[in-house]
Amino acid sequence: MTMLNERQQLSYIAGQAADARLNVELETEGMTLNIGPQHPATHGTLRIVARLDGEQVVWAEPVAGYMHRGYEKLTEVRTFPQVTTLINRIDWLGSFANEVPFILAAEKLMEIEAPPRAQYIRTILFELSRIANVGLFLGDLGVQLGAVTPVFLAFRDREYVLNLIEGATGGRFHPNFDRIGGLKDDLPKGWIDETRQVMRKLRGFCDEMEDLLFGNEIFQSRTRGIGVIPADVAKSYGLSGANLRASGVDWDLRRDQDLPMAWNQADWKVWTHPDGDSWARCWVRLQETRESCKIVEQLIDDIPAGPVMAKVPRIIKVPEGEAWVSTENPLGEMGYYVVSKGDLGPFRVKIRSASFNNISIAPWVLKGVYVPDIITILASLYFILGDIDR
Amino acid sequence: MARLSDTETQDEAPALPGDGLREGIVDALRADLGDQLIDTHLQPQDDLWVRVAPEAWAFAARSLKAQGFDYFCFLSAIDWMPSPYGKGEDDPEAEPTEPDTEVKQGYAGGETRFQLFARLTDVKRHVGVTVKADVPDSMTMPTWIPSFAGANWHEREAHEMFGIGFDGHPDLRNLYLPGEFEGFPLRKDFPLLSRMVKPWPGIVDVEPMPEFDEPEAADEAATDESPTDESPTEESAS
Repeated sequence: MTMLNERQQLSYIAGQAADARLNVELETEGMTLNIGPQHPATHGTLRIVARLDGEQVVWAEPVAGYMHRGYEKLTEVRTFPQVTTLINRIDWLGSFANEVPFILAAEKLMEIEAPPRAQYIRTILFELSRIANVGLFLGDLGVQLGAVTPVFLAFRDREYVLNLIEGATGGRFHPNFDRIGGLKDDLPKGWIDETRQVMRKLRGFCDEMEDLLFGNEIFQSRTRGIGVIPADVAKSYGLSGANLRASGVDWDLRRDQDLPMAWNQADWKVWTHPDGDSWARCWVRLQETRESCKIVEQLIDDIPAGPVMAKVPRIIKVPEGEAWVSTENPLGEMGYYVVSKGDLGPFRVKIRSASFNNISIAPWVLKGVYVPDIITILASLYFILGDIDR
Repeated sequence: MARLSDTETQDEAPALPGDGLREGIVDALRADLGDQLIDTHLQPQDDLWVRVAPEAWAFAARSLKAQGFDYFCFLSAIDWMPSPYGKGEDDPEAEPTEPDTEVKQGYAGGETRFQLFARLTDVKRHVGVTVKADVPDSMTMPTWIPSFAGANWHEREAHEMFGIGFDGHPDLRNLYLPGEFEGFPLRKDFPLLSRMVKPWPGIVDVEPMPEFDEPEAADEAATDESPTDESPTEESAS
């Protein structure tokens, strides 16, 4: 696999060099191409301005801000429990996962911890939102390469997961279920059995995707050796999640951080890939979806009994202090730097969202690629616009 | 690691062991920066804050990167002045209170109203550090781009939101806001206009619930009724 990959990479570079020579000989003029803000390949409204020389990108830059909602300012006029409603809407495909780091940061400042049962259910819902989020990525990947079938399968199977999330929380996209000190409610009756069945379906979906997409020759030739990001560049841009692990950096906040969550109670694996190309990023995400199914299947079997809410005062005042908590969200590292002055609401919340860093590498990685590769590279970096603009 | 089981034994106050790892980081940083490492705040086994002099802002990044903190997490700024507009959630009919104007910095201290703070992570040692620096009155700081290319967009964001300039940044265009936008939205003295125009509807949340509403008046109403008139609603009211 690696041999083939290196050869492809070399031939790609050679092809690029040949084209560049040809462009110089033909004295072609540069051209500026606007991709977006509305484009089927974007999850939201991102505009890419690319300066082209023939078919090659000389310079490219994403233009963000079409969806800026100013959440950092808005949190300053909300109370702590009200903030979760806002931050749900940052990464709208994995909303529950957005709530968790903020709640953990507030709990850290208040020096309380959710009861074990709540920690388990939180972890399960967190992983379910990852499956819903990344499952859609796998389907969407096909669309961006011209294959339509995977996206139908993805939307079909994501619905099962969304039904689970809806069953437990009452909301499909914006659960707003996490509370300081625990969860709003316990799980409904029959939910665990249903989850077990859905996880079996989702494992089947992963296998299906692997056959349909990752085994496809066109998919491989469009992604292998394209958009290579070395580990040191990835780290200096703050790439996180599957993008970082696909560059060979073994770093997963679920495993490498001591948080009051239940990930360390399950047996699972952190996948990395040495290549750092578009293929590796997609492949790591596929494996992670399987690992998430594994985590959920293990955790639903031994959810401890007990309350889902710790004893917290009715009016929540968070003591003075600063706390930084980040978790491994579907898109990467998502964290909140919460500054409290002992009031009902936060003094300042810095939202560190994964897509913001992940997409800021675009000018670096798009330099010198061909026009059709812009779409695949951006698709493999996987961003959600709400997560960039906040 | 096993935090879940720890909940039962929490009563025995655990004597926190020293944090050799983070103390070592502080020592190495002090060896590099000398006096320019102004203050540190260490929560053992948890987190580390360091504050460096504004002149040493870029050097601190290089020094930490050499120590192994090569993962750039974020860079942002904070305005420590309390908002002159309050929380926007106060009762609109209440007496206006004197706004709190005292500028009080957080962990690792500070002297100026604005501070930059950034987070770096060492993915090998699994440890992170928050670096802070005061922003001088010139409102200009050196850029971090030579050390961490990812600081580019974060500095653009800090520039448009707080009005902090970055020396050596190639392109401080607005990232989110339209080019002709005036003001710096995340400064505390920038009013949140939607709150100025209309009071926050969430204010209804703090009104007392109907069943707790004026219990004395309800009691009086119950006693005023003639004792012969017994209805189930009255019983439930008293």
